[in-house]
Amino acid sequence: MIRTTPFHERLAPLNRTGLWQHWSGHLAAVKYQMDDKFEYFAVRNAAGIIDTSPLYKYRITGRDAEAFLAGVLVRDIRACRDGQAQYTLWCDDSGHIVEDGVVLRFNSDHFLLTSAEPNLAWFSDRIGRLKVLIEDVSAQYGSLALQGPRSRGILAGLDDAVGPLGFFHHTPAKIGGAAVNVSRTGYTGDLGYEVWVEADDANEVFDAIVEASAGQGVIPVGMSALLMLRIEAGLVLIDVDFHSSRFAFTDEERTTPVELGFGWMLKDIATTDRAFIGRDAIRRELADATSRWRMVGLKVDWQDWDRRYRAEGIIPPKDEHPVVWEMMLYDEDMQRVGYTTSFMYSPALQRHIAMARVRPHLATPGSAVHLEVTINHRYQTVACEVARPPLFNPARKTATGGPA
Amino acid sequence: MTTSRTYDAIVIGGGHNGLVNGAYLAKSGLRTLILERRHLVGGAAITEELMPGFHFTTFSYAVSLLRPDIIHELDLVKHGYFPLLMPHSFAPADDGGHITLSKDRNLTIQEISRHSRRDADAYDQYGHDMAQIVQAVKPLFDSVPPNLFSGQPEDALALADLAKHLKDLPQRVLHNLVRLLTGSAADFLDDYFEGELLKGLLSSSGIIGTKVGPRSQGSGVVLLFHNMGEQDGVFGNWGFHKGGNGGLTQVLAQAAQAFGAEIKLEAAVSKVLTVNGRTTGVVLADGTELHAPVVVSALDPRRTFLELVEPRELPEDLVENIQRYKFQGTSSKVNFALDALPEFPGLDGTQFRGFTNIAPSMDYLERAFDEAKYGWYSSKPYLDCCIQSTIDPDMAPAGKHVMSCFTHYTPYKLKGSDWDTERDHLGDTVQRRLEELFPGFSKLVLRREVVTPLDIERTVGLSEGNIFAGELMSAQLYFFRPAPGWNQYRTPIHGYYQCGSGTHPGGCVTGGPGRLASQQILRDAQR
Repeated sequence: MIRTTPFHERLAPLNRTGLWQHWSGHLAAVKYQMDDKFEYFAVRNAAGIIDTSPLYKYRITGRDAEAFLAGVLVRDIRACRDGQAQYTLWCDDSGHIVEDGVVLRFNSDHFLLTSAEPNLAWFSDRIGRLKVLIEDVSAQYGSLALQGPRSRGILAGLDDAVGPLGFFHHTPAKIGGAAVNVSRTGYTGDLGYEVWVEADDANEVFDAIVEASAGQGVIPVGMSALLMLRIEAGLVLIDVDFHSSRFAFTDEERTTPVELGFGWMLKDIATTDRAFIGRDAIRRELADATSRWRMVGLKVDWQDWDRRYRAEGIIPPKDEHPVVWEMMLYDEDMQRVGYTTSFMYSPALQRHIAMARVRPHLATPGSAVHLEVTINHRYQTVACEVARPPLFNPARKTATGGPA
Repeated sequence: MTTSRTYDAIVIGGGHNGLVNGAYLAKSGLRTLILERRHLVGGAAITEELMPGFHFTTFSYAVSLLRPDIIHELDLVKHGYFPLLMPHSFAPADDGGHITLSKDRNLTIQEISRHSRRDADAYDQYGHDMAQIVQAVKPLFDSVPPNLFSGQPEDALALADLAKHLKDLPQRVLHNLVRLLTGSAADFLDDYFEGELLKGLLSSSGIIGTKVGPRSQGSGVVLLFHNMGEQDGVFGNWGFHKGGNGGLTQVLAQAAQAFGAEIKLEAAVSKVLTVNGRTTGVVLADGTELHAPVVVSALDPRRTFLELVEPRELPEDLVENIQRYKFQGTSSKVNFALDALPEFPGLDGTQFRGFTNIAPSMDYLERAFDEAKYGWYSSKPYLDCCIQSTIDPDMAPAGKHVMSCFTHYTPYKLKGSDWDTERDHLGDTVQRRLEELFPGFSKLVLRREVVTPLDIERTVGLSEGNIFAGELMSAQLYFFRPAPGWNQYRTPIHGYYQCGSGTHPGGCVTGGPGRLASQQILRDAQR
């Protein structure tokens, strides 16, 4: 029997569609209402409640916990202060990405790492002689994301500690009588939080958040809308925008941090004395300029898109549901220079957008590429412009909070 | 009083078309000034906080027809353009019946089938046929129409292109188009549907803002017009701009300013200056003269031709055509601040997210029209309601609501009374009607605002309160909007242009007139 999350008891009756999917061995609502676009809009214009409990959660403790994570994660965990969080990667020693995740730092001997796929063996096998304990606490905690412009006011109304919380900071808080941890993190690219809850307290916390949200347009949001939001936010998804090097058969399936757009994590790579897995390979990649790709955002030329469909007598499709298979990209000479990994019509940006990989020389914002589409069963190309992700990036996402 | 300040172009009227026009002119490099009589831009597309926390869309209340080119050409997304999708169209009936059309096709089909099984696939057919007609009309909607009477080679070419475009349409599409352009909404809809509730709902689009009933010849073109819009590429879908239509015009104002246009508020224009058949600028009500070789009126045709300039300086046939151009505003707005969501017996309220359409049958609409024919307002009016705070929570305090009710028929000219006398009675009529369908409604009302055609005229300046700056009837569209021979945004006065909804393609917050007029102005400037 597939498992359910700690919030299932509350969320299941709200799912009016009867549609569920599997997410890491748990039932996850595809959408709560037939028109999932409204769930998308709730996050962009009010707030949405998203059950992210199926994420894998690892508690990493022990005297050497910081040293351990500094040696396996791409970003320097020592630069992350107590009460902060980091979005980070881990690589193999050929400098290819194993996975990405968010790590919450409580103090130098206590961390919580989340990931989309199981990683217990991978991390445990790399402890060596360090004094570190890694526990899979996935089932002990639920996590409930509240994402959208109203999220701060709602949560700060429940506990003052949330109001001033900075982007990628976290704090203990009390919601519905239960002790929780609230992090200013999420997968929507909007102002938002994730509430980490002991599984037994899930109902109380859920009820308190729902009550505090009443009358503000806050609704539960399923996986379908979440996957629209994350593309606008430029947040990569494993097995869609990249694959784990652990399970790749060919190097074409593997990706380096530089290629996936994470050069910003590597600013001190040339000089750092921190030896982390993959560092030397990444140094060589940068020194020899062997990166094959750059992850970029794409903005589709709206008029070209419409013109080409209209010329074929077809109403130009504008579907916000993501296309997650590859669409080819060409340069001016019709040479293949890349491919999209996630493609959608963005209601917020009023045009089609994509997360894509292009050859490094085309990664400069403003570069022109051509997207291959089929119209009336014939290939055509539509003009696109390379842009820096995230394509949707409201100021409120990182703005410092005032009073609730 | 004279100032030496000069501009390349002055736009009279800061409604959505004036803003669009001014933005395009500024974008092309003209030093552009937009003059607005009131203390805020937007014209009939404004949002006002009439009670703390309660935001009313005083006049226009939804968007669909805003031309998509404008969104991109004026970079509106950068300035905050954010259209939210209208969730449903809910239509209640007095016997407790109801129908809800939602954005999910399967739910909609299921809902329609509850009333009539044959209407289910007929609805798909109707949608497809309408989409084909819209597709055929769209290129005409989005370009400067040819002038039938100019004798110029460019117009002859444009007419030849038009003839070819129409000739190339599939026979069925062309025939459907003609049926809509000339016929009634009822005749068109009767060919598809049998369900009264559904027909009442769909035919409502054939009367909006216009003095026709669903069975009047001429309601077909209004039906087509209201299907010309789109939301994220879906024809006929309606949206709600963040913050209401006032939110939209604020975005337009920011875009215009970002391109360098200057906006001057509380600057009423008393007349347009002309010397030897050529405009030289405008005079404000306070006597200030502002000079520019190009002056664009975003006001309606009556004000553009008969008030801002001397009709004596215009050709007689044009003056006569403008004098007989039909305004006859027929719509009102009744806006409510509500303490809670109204309740429809047996439903949980989620159906009211979006439009609530009070027109249970075509008979209902036709009877409502009957009273207007004889100079009175409908005792059981057609209402297009929208509880906008369910779509955008920022419109009202948490748990409270604002409800906009577009009200038909309320003729500008009342027989034996006037709107200053009848204003509150109209509010009572609307409230009573809502109380009939939503028992307990009146107890929820925290505040009521009644906006009659007279109020629209007084506040916004739209003659006779016509929301489209002139009726959308075939004789006042395309070749003939606002007058034969003057459908290309020019006027007989050199440098004086028109860009309001009284020009092609017309009203309904399309922005089309503002955009197309700017193209004409810029083309002329290059000659």
